[in-house]
Amino acid sequence: MIQTPKAELITVTIDGREVAVPKGTNMIETALKVGVDVPHYCYHPKLSVVGNCRMCLVEMGQGAVDPATKAPIMDPATGKQRVNWSPRPAIACATSASPGLYIRTTSALVKDCREGVMEFLLINHPLDCPICDQAGECKLQEQATDYGRGYSRYIEPKNVKPKHTSLGSRVMLDDERCILCSRCIRFCKEVARDDVLGFIDRGSHSTLTCYPGKKLENNYSLNTVDICPVGALTSTDFRFKMRVWFLKQTDSIDAESSAGANTIVWSREGVIYRITPRQNDAVNDTWMADSGRVLYKAVRAENRLTEIRIGRAGGKAGGSGVDAAIHAAAEVFKRNPGAVAIVGSGRSSVEEQFLARKLGEALNAPAWLVSRLGKGDGILVSADRNPNVRGAIVTGLVSSLPGQNLAELAAAIDAGRVKAVVCLGEDLTEAGLTDAQLAKISIVYLGTHRNATSDAADVLLPTLSVFEKGGTFVNQQFRIQKFSPAVPGPAGATNDLAVMNRLIEAVGIRRSQTGDLAGVWSEISAAVRALAGVSYANIPDMGLSLDAALWAALPFVEGESLHHKPVK
Amino acid sequence: MPEQRRIIFQHIGEPGYSNDLACYLRNGGYETLRQAVKRKPGELVEEVKLSGLRGRGGAGFSCGLKWSLVDRKSGKPIYLIANADESEPGTFKDRCIIHQDPHQILEGMMITCFANNVKQAYIYIRGEFPDGARILEKAIAEARAANFIGPDIAGSGYGCEVYVHRGAGAYICGEETGMIESLEGKRPYPRIKPPYYPAVLGLYQCPTIVNNVETLCHVKHIAAMGGGAYSRIGTPGNTGTRVYCVSGHVQRPGCYEFEVGKITVGQLLSDVCGGPPPGRKFKAVIPGGSSAKILKFGERFKGKRKVGVALEEYDWALEDVPLDFDSLALVGSMGGSGGVIVMDDSVDMVEALGNINAFYAHESCGQCTPCREGSIWMKRITERMVRGGARPEDGALLKNIADQIAGRTICAFGEACAWPTQSFVQKFGDEFGAGASAKAGVLPAGKIRLI
Repeated sequence: MIQTPKAELITVTIDGREVAVPKGTNMIETALKVGVDVPHYCYHPKLSVVGNCRMCLVEMGQGAVDPATKAPIMDPATGKQRVNWSPRPAIACATSASPGLYIRTTSALVKDCREGVMEFLLINHPLDCPICDQAGECKLQEQATDYGRGYSRYIEPKNVKPKHTSLGSRVMLDDERCILCSRCIRFCKEVARDDVLGFIDRGSHSTLTCYPGKKLENNYSLNTVDICPVGALTSTDFRFKMRVWFLKQTDSIDAESSAGANTIVWSREGVIYRITPRQNDAVNDTWMADSGRVLYKAVRAENRLTEIRIGRAGGKAGGSGVDAAIHAAAEVFKRNPGAVAIVGSGRSSVEEQFLARKLGEALNAPAWLVSRLGKGDGILVSADRNPNVRGAIVTGLVSSLPGQNLAELAAAIDAGRVKAVVCLGEDLTEAGLTDAQLAKISIVYLGTHRNATSDAADVLLPTLSVFEKGGTFVNQQFRIQKFSPAVPGPAGATNDLAVMNRLIEAVGIRRSQTGDLAGVWSEISAAVRALAGVSYANIPDMGLSLDAALWAALPFVEGESLHHKPVK
Repeated sequence: MPEQRRIIFQHIGEPGYSNDLACYLRNGGYETLRQAVKRKPGELVEEVKLSGLRGRGGAGFSCGLKWSLVDRKSGKPIYLIANADESEPGTFKDRCIIHQDPHQILEGMMITCFANNVKQAYIYIRGEFPDGARILEKAIAEARAANFIGPDIAGSGYGCEVYVHRGAGAYICGEETGMIESLEGKRPYPRIKPPYYPAVLGLYQCPTIVNNVETLCHVKHIAAMGGGAYSRIGTPGNTGTRVYCVSGHVQRPGCYEFEVGKITVGQLLSDVCGGPPPGRKFKAVIPGGSSAKILKFGERFKGKRKVGVALEEYDWALEDVPLDFDSLALVGSMGGSGGVIVMDDSVDMVEALGNINAFYAHESCGQCTPCREGSIWMKRITERMVRGGARPEDGALLKNIADQIAGRTICAFGEACAWPTQSFVQKFGDEFGAGASAKAGVLPAGKIRLI
């Protein structure tokens, strides 16, 4: 686990309650520790502090001391130290905790400040809520209700600004709704390292815009939509699609790379509408890449596999039930004793990889992984585009990192040493095998989408996507993280774990369990040393760091990124 | 009637006095700098502290204290910025100095730089002063050629460079941290304080001194006559002279320099400036630039004030109020930038406030909420009132909006835009009540609508 250096603890008093916090903690975070919500718009815990919205104004004071003796002056009425309150309110976001600081968040002055700021923010804000995508998760709505006056004194004409400006292909701006908090500007500069946003014009006519000749096209642009406290920035993919209060939230993991950003999948009635980041300060803070947010589209893709097939595509089908398919697979294994290989996947879950290892052991079959490399962006997309290569290593499915292609397997096929392949969702042709080599072997294919290998498969079992099943991935930090099913799989798809469990049984190994997560984990925790004592249920939502010392010598491809420094 | 004491304006307006180096040298120019660089820098800082000089830009903050707050231990370079962004409506003293006596500024700057070990100084001049910028650039070139600026100033081995930076026409650039942002090439959004006090984290996050043009000129004279002698000019706590820029309804508007506190409002407006136009009466005066609170003729101010160590009763009519920082603060306004705006009885106060509000709404940088939205709201209300749509409740609403701004913003612009409204409504409440709408729309012949 990454340890933050222990800062000196100091005591401050918030609304009469004492709380100890590390020195320098700002007042908003300090107040949160005692459950006091200090409303704010511009402040974001992961961005620099600018103090422009003025919503977090609080009263601040210091304990009174006798100037001569430095002894605290007590108030005889309360028996407590008297407080010298500053006549001016201070912004909680930029005020750090210092010893003996007093804060008041419930006084008449603070109430008046909040009412004033709310009123100012609303006078030029359009009454768009009924058609605004942010409605339901809008800070302005919530805080207007909680801290506003409830009526308007404004009778002048409102500002008129552009209602739909495209900042980039994925982000749309409604300038009238913008409260000029500058979160998006700071995000682009500080996190995405793509300084393209800024304000033009002055005063109430200030307008968010891209710099001349620039576009908001970086792969993190949609985070600006997430952190926009109002409905000014909306996602072109999500806008006008669904009211947020109808959506169910499911914890998941971004499967696009080994960075393993924590995510929330938002769905309704079996349909996914959007994916947003889930805060994990050890992995992705509050961010995720745009590229990870569109992965849900694969769930309902045209080429999704939904039918069990026995016999090659276009050929004669030999029954379509799971039992028949398992039987057919068992026949393939029987026909090719000692000549079966397993092509596992860095996209499979830890549990699937563990069962793949078990199947390999039962068949005495060697296993390979398909590598999937790209360029790391140094933020949250790593060079290893497989989310779970480390899972395959930890579970013992493979002992080395996947090579560029499946040259060894190709050679074994050419030499006739491998005559059948169990392929877990990978396209062997993309991994370097030729059509001729595919034609030479029998293929048992478990996967979600159609490709040249699934077409060539002798037994095809459609399985579930990451959004339709539970499981775990081990990310680049050797952090094991859970994902949960957000939507049910399509009709015809089978559960990966159950099917693999049955394949192992089909080889003649008696199985003590039926292939549900708990059952597989009871096996894993017994068989895998690095995961001893771990069960699916006791992995925290924020993941669990594994001891990576065993694998420190492996030449992992990931470079430095947010919260990850490769071991040299 | 007190006589003018022209120190800063000694040569300004003098026939035959030109803004070139030769003329400045003929009049004893740069002699103070030559002597100053032979002294210890710390001595000069002490002289300025002793002088009691207060900033002439608006806040009246002690110049010596400002210098002593500069972080000299960090090892970072220290910068000086001369604030020549004279934008406060009603103020035009710095422009006169820039145009007619630029070398006086440069000499004051170089003494300030030497005293504070500054190697790099900037003059931030507002974009609307293109002539002033050219004059300063020419003066810098002359001074550099004569070794008053550059690597070896007056043969002392001490080196310092000065550059002119032209603003792009924003009032907020006169706010020191906004100015620093602008100088760094960014939007002039004022910084939050804490932590960004210029004395510690100023230009390029280095310690920085920002002084008004007139203040820097005073430094030259303090170095010349000594802090003790300077502190005997003016009144205790309000030392030296100050330039009053009188505009509006007086017979002889212009810049007048007096010892601070030794002239009253009445003396300045009636005796010096010749009183109101014929047939008119004074109605109100804004004593320190448009953001200062307005004072109404006929008001009386009573109370006790400190004179030295003793408490002294005072009972002033507006005419009796001495024009110094403390007295003006005592009567609820401020000395500010020295821009004295005079209004006679022909002025519609709603319209006058509407004009000021339009200015502040136009100039609000838009960074923080209360000022950004409050300024435009107040502008829209006064505009509506002027055009005949006044409601009885508008006065109270205006006052309440202003109260929601002052003290709650990042920079002092919040106060600057709130104070006019607060004071206009308080003092001329009758014009902001139901009566406002009846008057609207009726313009005397030949009069131009201000908004």
